[in-house]
Amino acid sequence: MIAWLTDPFTLQFMQRALLASLIVGVLCSVIGTFVVLRAMAFLGDALAHAILPGVAIAYLLGANLLLGALVAAILVAIGIGAFSRRGGLKEDTAIGILFAAALALGVLLMSTVRSYATDLTHILFGNVLGVSVADLWLTGILAVIVLTVLIVFFKEFQLASFDPVLAHMLGKRPETLRFAMLILLALTIVVGLQTVGVGLVAAMLVTPAATAYLLTRRLAAMMAVSAVVGAASSVAGLYASYYLDVASGAAVVLIATGAFLLAYLFAPRRGLFARRALRRAV
Amino acid sequence: MSLATAAAAACLTLENVTVAYEGRPALDNVTLSVPHGAQVAIVGPNGAGKSTLFKALVGLLPVRSGTMLLRDRAPGKHGDTIAYVPQREEIDWGFPVTVHDVVMMGRYGSLGWFRRPGAADREVVARCLDELGIAELERRAIGELSGGQQQRVFLARALAQEPHVLLLDEPFTGVDVGAREALLTLLDKLRGRDITVLVSTHDMETAAQRFELTALLNRRLIAYGEPASVFTPEHLSEAFGGQALFLGGMVVIDQCCSGVDDGEAHRHDHGSGVEPR
Repeated sequence: MIAWLTDPFTLQFMQRALLASLIVGVLCSVIGTFVVLRAMAFLGDALAHAILPGVAIAYLLGANLLLGALVAAILVAIGIGAFSRRGGLKEDTAIGILFAAALALGVLLMSTVRSYATDLTHILFGNVLGVSVADLWLTGILAVIVLTVLIVFFKEFQLASFDPVLAHMLGKRPETLRFAMLILLALTIVVGLQTVGVGLVAAMLVTPAATAYLLTRRLAAMMAVSAVVGAASSVAGLYASYYLDVASGAAVVLIATGAFLLAYLFAPRRGLFARRALRRAV
Repeated sequence: MSLATAAAAACLTLENVTVAYEGRPALDNVTLSVPHGAQVAIVGPNGAGKSTLFKALVGLLPVRSGTMLLRDRAPGKHGDTIAYVPQREEIDWGFPVTVHDVVMMGRYGSLGWFRRPGAADREVVARCLDELGIAELERRAIGELSGGQQQRVFLARALAQEPHVLLLDEPFTGVDVGAREALLTLLDKLRGRDITVLVSTHDMETAAQRFELTALLNRRLIAYGEPASVFTPEHLSEAFGGQALFLGGMVVIDQCCSGVDDGEAHRHDHGSGVEPR
């Protein structure tokens, strides 16, 4: 049994994969609590797709793909913020326009590359087994930055998410905080690319946090439970990928979905059965 | 208290204030002065601008013309000296926060960006929870409470801000008689503490019986002063138009279903809390 558990990680690329999975699992899940609470799931999805042109341009220039993704994500986050605030558009409209335009630009640029190589498919679908040491450093540094900002300004983010009116009255600048959250979200999505890819990073932003929402009654606890669910799903997905020879990103997301379904049915307070029992008692 | 002495020690003054919401004036040329420590009921039909007035006072909506001074300063520049209890529809009751967490938020203004709540803040929170009689609920999630308990949580948070001015937006709407009496008892206690209170309400009976000053609003200020001088048939028919019925010595206000236009205003009143007319 122990050999079964340790076996995969005698290989160096598997060790890197484990580390990357853990970082992404924790980071996506923690920031995902705000995505879930502020109903930004569509935004996360849009951001993930909108970074394609950045990746394509970086590929064409021969630059680091993650760096290209990072620049594109931040530009799109700024664009969404600017359109919805000053343009007078509703946020989901602004997101929809930018999302589609960026995705189209990404496809356009990629179509100019005759035989777009495995590198690009890795961005689309993730390839945790191909994480280089340099990628791991970038991932780690970004994760530390995002988590530090979230922890230092925890009470500000909590207040601005729960009650932007009071945040405004207390001089906490909810607009600035919302914008900061967009940037943190963009950074997180870039970090998630390597392991689960564009298509599935949005799921990692939502599913563990939604699971934690059903199980907790305080924000800090929700973040902690979400991190545990995300990390556990990531590691379990890696094992599934090793032993069953399936795509790791998809395995991670499906395991997290399984955890969500369990919580949805059996959560003590907000679960389906608990609510039904409560209704019967009343 | 007469209005002359009120003006001398004013806590809140509005001079020819116009506030627009989505391009339309929701408050039109309102002039009003509230003395320190007074408790004022703001009465008017749905869409009269009651919520707009509060949102302008806390700096959420800009004043288009005229001057508005709260404790000699422009609105939105008060830090924690002004507390606002929103209508219950504006709160996300599913958010994972406990009663204690919500009341502690009242302390965030005095903490700055980097400091975390300390022993002194926890003491204030405990005192405010006690005062509202919800100390035993402090570990509960806000979504698990009854409507009256939820209102007390937000009143406790407002007190934790240690405010000079307290704004209550429709606090008598959607709560039972017990919660209503509890709120009125709290207001009586606040009288001695030099906290100026503004309460928006549809409930004219409570306004007449329990408040020393009443402002009758329908975009314009129709009347302001002691309830007896405000609630006259002339003023009421001006404020409520066809909704006011006069039956002998009694006034009946139909605030429910007097046509499509009003139904629209009602929806806005309870949906966004911002009154568009």
